[in-house]
Amino acid sequence: MNGSNTTLDLNAHSLREVNAALQGAENGAFTLLNPGGAHALACGLTSPVEVTIRGHAGYYCAGMNKEASVTIEGNASTGVAENMMSGTVRVTGNVSQSAGATAHGGLLVIEGDASARCGISLKGAEIVVGGSVGHMSAFMAQAGALVVCGDAGEALGDSIYETRLYVRGTVASLGADCIEKDMRDEHRAQLADLLARAGMDADVADFRRYGSARQLYNFKIDNAY
Amino acid sequence: MCGIVGLFLKNQALHSDLGRLTALMLHEMCDRGPDSAGFAIYGGGDERAKLVLLSKTAETDFDGLGVRLGQALGAAVDVETLHDHAILRTRADGRSARTWIIENAADVTVLSLGTSIEVFKGVGDPDRVAADFGLAQRTGTHAIAHTRMATESAITTAGSHPFSTGADTCLVHNGSLSNHNNLREILAAGGERFQTENDSEVAAAYLAHRMAAGDSLNMALESAIRDLDGFYTFAIGTKDGFAVLRDPIACKPAVIAETDDWVAMASEFRAIAPLPGAESARIWEPEPARIYSWSHAA
Repeated sequence: MNGSNTTLDLNAHSLREVNAALQGAENGAFTLLNPGGAHALACGLTSPVEVTIRGHAGYYCAGMNKEASVTIEGNASTGVAENMMSGTVRVTGNVSQSAGATAHGGLLVIEGDASARCGISLKGAEIVVGGSVGHMSAFMAQAGALVVCGDAGEALGDSIYETRLYVRGTVASLGADCIEKDMRDEHRAQLADLLARAGMDADVADFRRYGSARQLYNFKIDNAY
Repeated sequence: MCGIVGLFLKNQALHSDLGRLTALMLHEMCDRGPDSAGFAIYGGGDERAKLVLLSKTAETDFDGLGVRLGQALGAAVDVETLHDHAILRTRADGRSARTWIIENAADVTVLSLGTSIEVFKGVGDPDRVAADFGLAQRTGTHAIAHTRMATESAITTAGSHPFSTGADTCLVHNGSLSNHNNLREILAAGGERFQTENDSEVAAAYLAHRMAAGDSLNMALESAIRDLDGFYTFAIGTKDGFAVLRDPIACKPAVIAETDDWVAMASEFRAIAPLPGAESARIWEPEPARIYSWSHAA
């Protein structure tokens, strides 16, 4: 099925029917109406389709996304774009916890705030948050980048392996083995590119960079109690 | 898991719709808690104390119990039965009535006490529990409901939420407390009467105990952040108030929405979506360890 500006109303079609239509399309644009906070909307897409969700989405929206471009015109609940492989997911409102969890690739843009554990166990995707993020964001993050135009909550980057964290506002506290690092030209270039792709109007010079001190990679007997 | 919903009406024109809207919200949370369900509704009533009782055997002679209670308290007791529940109304002191029933009627659990609150519970499909107790037809100012996926104690009607130990105060809980046994002992030593082994009943008793000692709801919740250890998202009802609190780690979900007409909280947004005006409501996720409260009191 090739979609081209197809409108799908969740009040008229089941979630399974809607997801099957999206997953079966090779290209085209879809608009979903009346999402009503349903779970797993537009998840598991593997083709470059464009999906616009008019309203608030439930858990795991656009999870496992590959190549598709999904826009949520509203808020999204837990785990938006979790385990994304590629493509773009944009949320115009706020998101709940664990946004972009374990995502391997692609770009997740959150225009509002993200709550706790944003980018937990991030594995290579890029996340740009227009507002603030909650506590334990980028917990055990392994690769990729997290840009926060607002503030970060407690324990940012706790037990981080790699991943570049850029924060414009205040950081309530840094987690274990997460430290502030110098902004070099390569980082300024990466941040400018991410802000441009996310459509965020922010000055690179206002951001600070945080990352791994790389002291937890290996077991140290001195750390034992 | 468990599902929580709460609806606090700001617009009096919606009072006649409270039960219907709460039933719609509860329905959306059925798959978060298929084991049992319950609801507390705050509405009518007069100056008499109102106690909602549950028969553990489904064979309790509530009329006989009402007569015995009336003789013990020296006041008339009206009895209205509904399935395995009964609502008793009396001009005698409600707290004394609750204590007498707990001490003298082993086959009965006191689900609620107050002048406004009524609590109903049942095991099994939440929609059926709501239908059995006529939730959709009920009216009032605010309501709290819960669908339970049992973890810390057995699936029984008495172990279902909401829990209420103090007058017109109740609590629903998603999560689990780790220091409830110790707290139960402390509260029991202070005179609180417990009817289940459930951790959430301890949280309800804790708040009721603090408020009976003079704390405001917000003061009691400030203390709760310090004294309760574990995971929780709470929705709390008082005679004219409503509050939401999440633990400092905030693992358990919660979302709040507010319009000029109502405040609603739920485990997930889909429970709020059916409310009138939800699409244009102000919606946010409550922050960890921050008290959110509303009151009808001037």
